[in-house]
Amino acid sequence: MGIKAAELLVHVLIEEGVEVIFGIPGGAVLEIMDAIYHHRDKLKFVLTRHEQGAAHEADGYARSTGKVGVCMATSGPGSTNLVTGLAAAMMDSSSVVAITGQVATPFIGRDAFQETDTTGVTMPITKHNFLVMSAEELPRIVKEAFYIARTGRKGPVLVDIPRDISRTKLDDDFPIPKEVSLRSYKVTLKGHPLMVKRAAELIASCTKPTLYIGGGVVASEASEEVRELAERCNIPVVYTLMAKGAFPDNHPLCLGMGGMHGTVAANMALNTCDLLICVGARFDDRITGNPKEFAKMAKKIHIDIDPSEIGKNVKVDVPIVGDAKLVLQQLLEILQPKRHDSWIEQVMDWKRNYPLTYDRSSEMLKPQYVVEVMAKLTGGSAIVVTDVGQNQMWAAQYYPCSRPRQFISSGGLGTMGFGFPASIGAQFGNPNELVIAFVGDGGFQMTMYELATAVIHSLPIKVIIFNNFYLGMVKQWQDLFFGSRYSATSLYGNPDFVKVAEAFGAVGYSVKKPEELQPTLEIALEVKDKPCIIDCWIDPDEHVYPMIPAGGTIKDIILPPQLRHRKQKLLEQLAAAYAAAA
Amino acid sequence: MASERKSQQLHTLSVIVENRPGVLARIAGLFRRRGFNIESLSVSTTDDPTISRMTIVVGGDDATIEQITKHLNKLVDVIKVQDHTGEDVVERELALIKVSCEPEQRNEILNLVTIFRASIVDVGADTMMIEITGTEDKINAMLELLRPYGILEVARAGKIILARGSKTT
Repeated sequence: MGIKAAELLVHVLIEEGVEVIFGIPGGAVLEIMDAIYHHRDKLKFVLTRHEQGAAHEADGYARSTGKVGVCMATSGPGSTNLVTGLAAAMMDSSSVVAITGQVATPFIGRDAFQETDTTGVTMPITKHNFLVMSAEELPRIVKEAFYIARTGRKGPVLVDIPRDISRTKLDDDFPIPKEVSLRSYKVTLKGHPLMVKRAAELIASCTKPTLYIGGGVVASEASEEVRELAERCNIPVVYTLMAKGAFPDNHPLCLGMGGMHGTVAANMALNTCDLLICVGARFDDRITGNPKEFAKMAKKIHIDIDPSEIGKNVKVDVPIVGDAKLVLQQLLEILQPKRHDSWIEQVMDWKRNYPLTYDRSSEMLKPQYVVEVMAKLTGGSAIVVTDVGQNQMWAAQYYPCSRPRQFISSGGLGTMGFGFPASIGAQFGNPNELVIAFVGDGGFQMTMYELATAVIHSLPIKVIIFNNFYLGMVKQWQDLFFGSRYSATSLYGNPDFVKVAEAFGAVGYSVKKPEELQPTLEIALEVKDKPCIIDCWIDPDEHVYPMIPAGGTIKDIILPPQLRHRKQKLLEQLAAAYAAAA
Repeated sequence: MASERKSQQLHTLSVIVENRPGVLARIAGLFRRRGFNIESLSVSTTDDPTISRMTIVVGGDDATIEQITKHLNKLVDVIKVQDHTGEDVVERELALIKVSCEPEQRNEILNLVTIFRASIVDVGADTMMIEITGTEDKINAMLELLRPYGILEVARAGKIILARGSKTT
């Protein structure tokens, strides 16, 4: 009889714990689709409307659950449509496995119909990829793909399968390997004891420490350890966009997000501390601004599972390669409790005097207000997925999160169009949770075709559109740095999003005044069987503040208009801190 | 002086990789994408047919070399990376040099070839081809001495190295 390789592939997928695959079939994956059909009781295939949607959905599923997200596409255009989604997953170290069809092996390299060099195209935007050239190696390769995607620094892995390979029959008892062993792939998990000791010494002797945590804390599930370290050694915590939720926003030691649109307290702490403890973050330019000036008085400890991140952007004093959770546990074994009262008093002073703020008396609908009301109505417990741009920053600033994997956003690649499909993936992974997508009118239009997918599967996602009829973040830069010359940023001609929702079979609401907001959201939150679009017409001239311009330093920070009179005080405190350190 | 400074910045990396299709593309892609510069590259299988050895000569300061090494190690198909710069290794390059040569000049050239322990591998009516192995400096010296005769073509293979004694490369 024999068993087709496609059938074995499906066995491996089920064995790896895959419950759902997002994708679109096509000629080169028909054998695989047929095998999935036979196992449709165990393996759900979600037909998306575009492969980009499939990739973001797999990514949103992965980020919100901690499991591997799987997407599938056929050869040629199917696989090239996955590219943006894979690049986004790569930049944010998200565990995604993409399975693509390829033309039959005799046709490879002959520019056959729907042929693309998929492994060539995706080489720089995947952690690893495979072109399967024999049916016998398919089960092993798929096992390896999952192993690579979910271990070490996580990331997307693509497996390209020619159509004749998936059709090939193997013996009925063809073995599926149980263990994965790769001599060329080794991950360092425990930190070097000497480095851990040195880090502990620095923590014991510092007076103004700051914890700077990134996505690695979420990936290694180290939230509890971060909290223990912060509390035991009395250290304020700054998180990156990728780590929002990994340390509770309502914790007294939480200073909020750092970087370009981070809080004043977070950025002042980063830049005036004498010890910076970086855990699972990578000194990205959105955090550091000018890296030469960043935290320049601080000794730096850098804990990262990826050795190539250490010393890449900023020179560090104590590098520790390892898994964040394990390294923090090693540290906690030797660290004694201590206090930094005057430092904590200082950062709390910044927190009190430079809060996130906006014009609350405006007659126009303010986006920050929309997030605040949504946070209030949902008790801060929803899974929040954002698109990219102003919507992303307002959601990050004003929605308080309390658990890891609660806040999902395209950080590194900054992929507009990510938010809505990623929220679909998050809802599939968390069917009993409330999922909110905060998107802009620009980004939503890039992937709004996925409304069809959300409607078909009765997903009750609340999509809040910050509709300002502009590509808002670009407009903000044009306002600040290009004399308000709006070169191609007006979205005049936007569709009526309420009608769009209705056309897809979703529900649409329009909110144009502040007083309409809460009643509308309350109604929308009652809808449990279909997606809701809430089209919020916000003040088009609202900017995201604070803002440290690209490549700038803390001295260049632009405060919200309500706080600008306090900028001078900040500069004086900075100068005093630099003088004291010198 | 300039060449001396340059040579101080050159590092010889021995990279042991899985012998699989696409590995060279991955490594070349990494160098291109991160802006690292390859001076020379030599690839061949080893005694174990599943493993290839790449000897890569790269330029850069210590921080750059550290980044190159780390990024190479991160590639799933890379088994081991070692920087042998400044270590006790045997290094060799191979060159084929075709020079213009009148019949009466053959003896002169033969003398040079003997001194350099090179060999003549082809003689034409008015050409000679010399095969030489050795360090980069030795090959450069040979080239300079042959230049007056008129060098017609040169093919040089990338550097290869092995550590001396029982130490592995």
